[in-house]
Amino acid sequence: MEFLKRLDELANREHSYIVKSEETTSEKYGYYPLERPINVYIEYGFIPLDKPPGPTSHEVVAWIKKMFNIEKAGHGGTLEPQTT
Amino acid sequence: MHSGKEYVALMELHGDVDLKRLYEVFGMFTGKIYQRPPLRSSVRRSLRIKEIYSLDLLEFSGRHVLFKVRCESGTYVRKLCHDIGLVLGVEAHMKELRRVAVAHIKEDLPVVTLHEVSEAVYLWKRYGDETLLRKVVLPAEYIVAHLPKVIVKDSAVDAIAHGAQLAVPGVVILSSDVKKGERVAIFTLKGELVAVGKGAMDAEEIVKNEKGIAIKIERVVMNRGIYPSLWKKAEKEEKK
Repeated sequence: MEFLKRLDELANREHSYIVKSEETTSEKYGYYPLERPINVYIEYGFIPLDKPPGPTSHEVVAWIKKMFNIEKAGHGGTLEPQTT
Repeated sequence: MHSGKEYVALMELHGDVDLKRLYEVFGMFTGKIYQRPPLRSSVRRSLRIKEIYSLDLLEFSGRHVLFKVRCESGTYVRKLCHDIGLVLGVEAHMKELRRVAVAHIKEDLPVVTLHEVSEAVYLWKRYGDETLLRKVVLPAEYIVAHLPKVIVKDSAVDAIAHGAQLAVPGVVILSSDVKKGERVAIFTLKGELVAVGKGAMDAEEIVKNEKGIAIKIERVVMNRGIYPSLWKKAEKEEKK
């Protein structure tokens, strides 16, 4: 919840939360986003990249893939997140 | 996604114009404008209406005009420059363009260069030091920070990862601005992004109701098998 409130702050959102049911999460499954082991962190990560003029977004994505040795990566447009 | 865009553009005028006239014309291009997509464009070239939320002059020197524009997604800034030039009577073209923000993702997030990414990856691979990499790569959750949020039970996560809709009993916490037909982001109690969807009910209805579909899933982000698939067991027991 702390992490989500930080996201709201980042996006200037000021909306209240309604609790529908009392429920806890098991530490056995998943990870807190900032505590993901590095490989998982990268898998669910994105890079706000300052793309140099010249190469296309498509080319830059290919380089990023090579750097990280990953197969799946996309981009959300110029000067936007390059998701990995 | 339909969101606002923010750009800084450099326009070059083909003739001399005074500042007062420039301000006047900028005023004319604020609000709803007609725009026909340029010849080289990726959409159908029919006249469309786009909204310019703001048009601010940053610098004006000789025939160079630097300005910031906040506009609706799908507005062509190159065309905007061209059209401003026509109204000014001197013609103009766009020299440089830089996108400053998409929805909430602004340049004040730590924006990095390819070199920095490469360095961070090197430090991690060569020396096992991941500190820089954790600053360069950000959790995907940041991308949906601007959306209303719904937090679901551990037991609902894997069902969604397998393509199920989010039913009311799976909801734990929700932001008050969840609306029918509008986009929401679905999270686990740990804050992990599970999926993005559209509200099938308003927030109050989700709170009041005990069953029914709360959110129609549009795109699943979380992989299958991370959370337990209790729903599979339930299905089997029902069959017995």
